[in-house]
Formats: sequence, structure tokens, C-alpha cells
Amino acid sequence: MTPRKIIQKDKMIFNAFGYLLVTLFGLACVLPFLLVLVTSFTSEASLMRNGYTFFIKEFSTQAYSLAFGNPQRIFWSYRNTIAVTVIGTACAVLIATMTGYVLQRRDFPQRNGFSLFFFFTTLFNGGLVPTYILCVRYLGFKNNYAALLLPLMFSVWNMIIAKSFITSVPYEITESAKVDGANDILIFFRLILPLCKPLVATLGLFSALAYWNDWYSTLLYITKEEKMSLQYFLQEMINSIQALKNLVSLGGSASTIRISLPTETLKMAMTVITTGPIILLYPFVQRYFVKGLTIGAVKG
Amino acid sequence: MQNATERKREHFDYRRFFRTTWNNRFLLIMLLPAIIYVIVFAYLPMTGIVLAFKNFNYVKGIFGSDWVGLKNFRFLFMSNKLWFLVRNTLLYNLAFISVGVILEVGFAIIINELGNRVFKRAFQSFMFLPYFISWVVVAAIVQALFSYEYGMINGVISALGGTRINLYDSPGLWPYLIVMFRAWKTAGYGTVVYLAAITGIDPELHEAAQIDGASLLQRIRRITLPCLVPTMIILFLLALGQVFRGDFGLFYQLVGNNAALLEKADILDLFIYRALASTSDMGMASAAGLFQSVLCFITIMTVNGIIKKLQPDYSLF
Repeated sequence: MTPRKIIQKDKMIFNAFGYLLVTLFGLACVLPFLLVLVTSFTSEASLMRNGYTFFIKEFSTQAYSLAFGNPQRIFWSYRNTIAVTVIGTACAVLIATMTGYVLQRRDFPQRNGFSLFFFFTTLFNGGLVPTYILCVRYLGFKNNYAALLLPLMFSVWNMIIAKSFITSVPYEITESAKVDGANDILIFFRLILPLCKPLVATLGLFSALAYWNDWYSTLLYITKEEKMSLQYFLQEMINSIQALKNLVSLGGSASTIRISLPTETLKMAMTVITTGPIILLYPFVQRYFVKGLTIGAVKG
Repeated sequence: MQNATERKREHFDYRRFFRTTWNNRFLLIMLLPAIIYVIVFAYLPMTGIVLAFKNFNYVKGIFGSDWVGLKNFRFLFMSNKLWFLVRNTLLYNLAFISVGVILEVGFAIIINELGNRVFKRAFQSFMFLPYFISWVVVAAIVQALFSYEYGMINGVISALGGTRINLYDSPGLWPYLIVMFRAWKTAGYGTVVYLAAITGIDPELHEAAQIDGASLLQRIRRITLPCLVPTMIILFLLALGQVFRGDFGLFYQLVGNNAALLEKADILDLFIYRALASTSDMGMASAAGLFQSVLCFITIMTVNGIIKKLQPDYSLF
């Protein structure tokens, strides 16, 4: 056998294993979503008989009509999450890019000191308890929308990504604008930011994802139903359905009650309702996401 | 005479400070939101670590509460729980790191070598899907897959003639499940980071090796992997800085308060949260939090220091 042939055989075996592994993992990433979606459109009776399957045996929108039967809480949590996501993401992107820009300016004498000032917070922090007490007792976070908005507004990692991206923008732009007498804020907004579209898209996506998926802030600070976030509402819903089910099955002759209350399909329908927008958005933002991660990876 | 120049220099420095500050006023204004944020949400809570040495009283506040010395720590260390929690947190994180790096580097190399572009792109989109959802949704998916009566996996098992697995009766399975779901959720992210690093490798290296008759596996071992080492070390260091801090969302949503499972899957962060939620043991919870922060800090400083000695280019700071 010539070396050329060995190489080709090598490549063939590698490819066979490669495609196999990648296909398996890809399916593992997609199929659970399909399972949830399919189940949410299945009738509860059919689910009780067949369990969770990938095929709709009896189509039914019963779970959705039940979920939207009392739309008040869905409306509240949707409203809160959308508002917080939009406002929070805008602020987060602005703060991260602004800070990143200043910290990479070569002519800013204190940039190393400030970088350390920010970076140190990733190495050491006060922990959950002092943060919680500070927020509740001194900042009035209990049942305040600020509790949903502020905790995710600034992250040092986003700032580092911004800093390393903006470093690749030629310094001469800033320099010549300064010579022309523009002030730094103007330079940033008029000249630098328009050149950072991939960065803005990436940071925006990271922040939007963090806000949309946030249930932790609600868990810590919110007790009023009308101020809860979407993911927390979902969690509460799943838990209370589970509790109800446990109660019912303790009561003995449960099967009739269980069928009349579509617990399993309701859980899945709620999951679809709360996750849907993010998944629908996914194909459009995916491209930026990969690009943005690459930005972050340049520096590590 | 000498006195006068000294005074003059002092005076000069003072003025220069204000002048540079004034000259950079716009830059400082742009920094201001982040500075305020970090002071309020990171540095002020750091002063709250005094709570670990106090008997917290909500009315008296953080600084008004009475000092109790090391009592909180004594309680913490005396309860046998602490070492169990520290060990669990550490082992879970080490498992996440090692399984993560194997999967991510593996997939990055495979994707890079596969020829079919459509396939590559489709796979990358699929891999990211789990990254987009919250742990709440993951918990719902776990139920759909593993629920005893209706779960899909149990359905398949019983269709094949096996006995159904009751997950909530078998805590021993949870460490595997937790590591699996964590890898499932984060592999897409890491893969893309490594893929970017692979794209940065000079293609001439591979071409030269190919001409010299190196096989694919040899090239991967001798070229691709060594080129990925810096990225691996940086990601490893970043993860190590949080190695005593558990993934609260994962454990809270998947394990929660289930006493049977906590035997195998209790971590420091859950313990601290429980103490906070019951408001009974604020002092001990903040002592545990401080202990956790100090452990993380010592770990990252030590490992970064060692790496700086061995390979200065790879160190984080």
C-alpha cells in the first residue's frame, strides 16, 4: 500500500466516525425540543396511554386553551420579561461598549488601573448573602422592577469582549477626530460605535438571552405575581402542577381526575409558550452569535 | 531652597492630577456608569463579608449587628456538612471542565475536518439550541424524557422489555445525568470557541505535514492539538476561578429541594441559598459564602502564579 492510500483510509475512517458522532449529538440537541413541541399538541388521554412520543396520535390544543384560559399571569410575565429584556439589553450593550472603548484608549493614562478595578470583581466577590441583604435592605429591591433589571446590566466578560473587539478598530480614527476637536463622547457615538455592528449584535444577543432566561432575580426578590418574569412563572407553574398531581395521586382513585386535568401536556404547552420566541428568533441571530463568540475567543 | 522645590513639586503633581482628570473628563464620564455599577454591586457587597463574623439582625443592618467573632465559622466547620459540600462542588466542576474540554475540542476538530459545508453549518446551529434555553426548560425536558410513568426513555425501555427506571429513587444516577445535561447545554458554545482557534492555525503547517506523509491523526496530534493548548489553558483558568462555585441554576432546577437527591447532588451554592431562604442562619450562610470566595481566590491566584512561572504567555494576568 502506498502512503497516499494509507492517508485516504485514515481520512475515511475518521470521516465515518466524525459524521456518526456529530449526527448523534446534533439529534440529541434537537429531538428534546421536538418532543416538547409534539407533546404540547397531543391529547392528555393519548399521552397517558402512550407516554411521551415523537408522534402525535391524537391532535389536541386542549393544553393551550387551558393555558390561555386564564391569560392574566401569562400576560403579566410576558410584559415584564419583554420590557426588561428590551431596556436591559439596550443599557447593557451601551455600558459594555462604552467601558470597553475607554479602557482600550492608549491615551487614557488610568486604563490599567481601571481594568484591574473591574477585573478584580471576577476573582473575588462578597457572595450571595451580603449582596442579597444590600439589595433588599438598602436598595429596596423587594418587589421592585429594578431587581429584574439591574443585576444583569453589566458584566465584566462583556466588557472584555467589547474591549478586545474595539482594539481592532484603527486608533487613527480617534486620533484624527481629536485633532479636529471632537470630544470623546461624540467620537464614540458617531465614529466608533457604527463600526462595531457585529460587537453590538453579539453583546445584544448575550444580554437579551440572559434577561429572557432570567428566573433567579425573581426567585430572590419578587413575590408579587404581577411582577414575576416569564421563566419564573414557568417554573412555578411546573412545580404547582407537579404538586397538584402528587396530591391527586395521594387521594387514591385518581385516573379520572388526572385525565380531566391535562397536567403533562399543560407543562409542555407552557414550555413552548415561554420558550417559543427565543427559538423563533434563533435562526436569525445564530449567525451573529457564532461570529460574536469568535470575537470573544480572539483574546480568550 | 530645597524645601521650596519640594513644595513646588507637590503643588505641581496636585495640579497635574486635576489637569489630566479634566482633560479626560469625557472618558471618565463614559466610564462612570460601569464604575458606579461595580462599586454598588461588587465592592459594597464585599464589605458585607463582615457579616460572616456577626450575628445578623435585619433591623440593625449589616454594620449595626453584633460581632460574634469566629462563631459562625465554628458552626460551619463543626457541621460535617461543609466538607461534603466543598467536595461535591469541586468534583462536579472538575467533571464539567474535563467532560467539556473533551467534547468541545473533539467536536471542533471533527467539524473542522468534515468536508460537507451544509452539514457543518446545520450541526453548528443544532448544537447551539440548548444554549438558548433556561434551566427551567431543561428541567421540563428532563421530566419529558425520564418521568417514571410517561417519560420517553422509560417508554422505550419498557417497550424493549426492560424495567422502568425511577430516577427519583436512584440518586446514584444523578451525577451522570447532571454532567450529561451540563455538557449538552454548553458544548455548542465551547466548540465554537475552539473552532475559532483552529481556524487561526496556519494552513501551511498542515500542508507541509501532508507533503511529508503525515496521516490525519498524526496531524491532529502534532499540529492541531498543540495549537489549541493556549485556548484550553485560558478557558481552564477561567473555569478554575469559579471552581468552588457551583452552577446554581442547574442544581436548583434539576435537583432543588429533593432530599433524596441532595445526598448526591448538594453543593455549596444550594446550601447557602437554603440558609438565606429560611433566614435562619444568615451568619453561617455568609461564612460559607466567604469561605467559598476565599477558596476560589486562592485557587486562581495559585494556579495562575504557577502557570506564569512555567509559561508566562499562557497566564491570565
